[in-house]
Amino acid sequence: MASAEVAVIDYGVGNLLSVRRALEHCGATVAVTGEPEAIFAAARVVLPGVGAFANGMAELERQGLTSIVREVATRGQPLLGICLGMQMLFDDSTEFGATAGLGLIAGTVVAVPSVAADGRVQKIPHIGWNALVLPCTREAWNETVLQDVRPGDAAYFVHSFMARPSDPRHRIADCLYGDIPIAAVVGRDNVLGCQFHPEKSGETGLTVLRRFLQM
Amino acid sequence: MGSPNEYARLYYQQGADELIYMDCVASLYGRNSLRDIVESAAQDVFVPMTVGGGIRSVDDATALLRSGADKVAVNTAAVANPELISDIAQRFGSQCMVLSIEAKQIEAARWEVYTDNGRERTGLDVIEWVRRGVALGAGEILLTSVDREGTRRGFDVALVRAVTAEVSVPVIASGGMGTPQDLVDVVLQGEADAVAMADILHYRRAAIGDIRAVAQAAGLHVRTYG
Repeated sequence: MASAEVAVIDYGVGNLLSVRRALEHCGATVAVTGEPEAIFAAARVVLPGVGAFANGMAELERQGLTSIVREVATRGQPLLGICLGMQMLFDDSTEFGATAGLGLIAGTVVAVPSVAADGRVQKIPHIGWNALVLPCTREAWNETVLQDVRPGDAAYFVHSFMARPSDPRHRIADCLYGDIPIAAVVGRDNVLGCQFHPEKSGETGLTVLRRFLQM
Repeated sequence: MGSPNEYARLYYQQGADELIYMDCVASLYGRNSLRDIVESAAQDVFVPMTVGGGIRSVDDATALLRSGADKVAVNTAAVANPELISDIAQRFGSQCMVLSIEAKQIEAARWEVYTDNGRERTGLDVIEWVRRGVALGAGEILLTSVDREGTRRGFDVALVRAVTAEVSVPVIASGGMGTPQDLVDVVLQGEADAVAMADILHYRRAAIGDIRAVAQAAGLHVRTYG
């Protein structure tokens, strides 16, 4: 059997049907798998995830996949983390005490502030459509996974925690929640992460996935 | 009227932000037929889907979420067994647990909770039920006015305002949308976080793009699309 173009890592967390369908809709052959051989054989790898950081890392570890995902990154396979999958790419998280992450992108994961800088209370979780914008450190999305997306296009978010990359160059896109900038897309070499759900973000999300399939 | 999924695809293509599937008579006949429809919709609809009708247990919710739903809306079974709200919220997170409320006005500024598509009264006060539901873990309220549903006379703005003033979770206003201006009114005056519409689209009195344009012209924050 030919290797799948994309391996979606199945580690028992969340519903993977939508991610699989969205990738297939974009023309990919997809394997939803927790088998190291199948993951290494795929041209690209997606790390999905919903729920709490500590639980996600524990499940990944329990299935022996922590080192596998790290090796995917080292081997240079394009790796896309989605939502919790993106957060787990970072060094650690403060959700329920400090928990170590995969350490593939330098930085930490912290709670989305429930009060904006102007003192206004914000609803947590951050749920809904929000516009993708250029971080202040970046002028364009050329040569990134967002190159076919326009600043202002909206994506669908559901999360209570957010990543803080240590190196601003790893921030590809932000969204603004109230006046708080949230890292919406991050990337370092072949390792990418989307805080939003590309599989639930309509044509904008599919555009991101199509680009990922060309990387 | 036609296949639900033909409509789903059309609305997805027109730029609906989310889809809500409601099997309105599910509780009445005790059936659970939504799963196949959701599973088929999930094949080519790539926006969030909320599904409700006949959900009586965590297992029912699990089955729908596995079929591709992102959120479940619970009404009748939550009234009968409020712990179902916390059970679903604890298992899948509050963002998955939508409390669907059918409200009927009984006197000035007072509404009663109904179930079974506005057929059965419960004696519960809407505001008290909303408060309790959110405390139990409901992450969103789908608020339908039984009085306005199907009338095309606009939303019950006072009802929506009474509920949005009470809770900090998102409130979706439903029931009575006759014109795009009704949406503007319930968002500006009722402070609805989102608006659900059905027959205005099903009978093609307006397309999503037209409604979006009216909302934008009124200064509402809507997703830019296309």
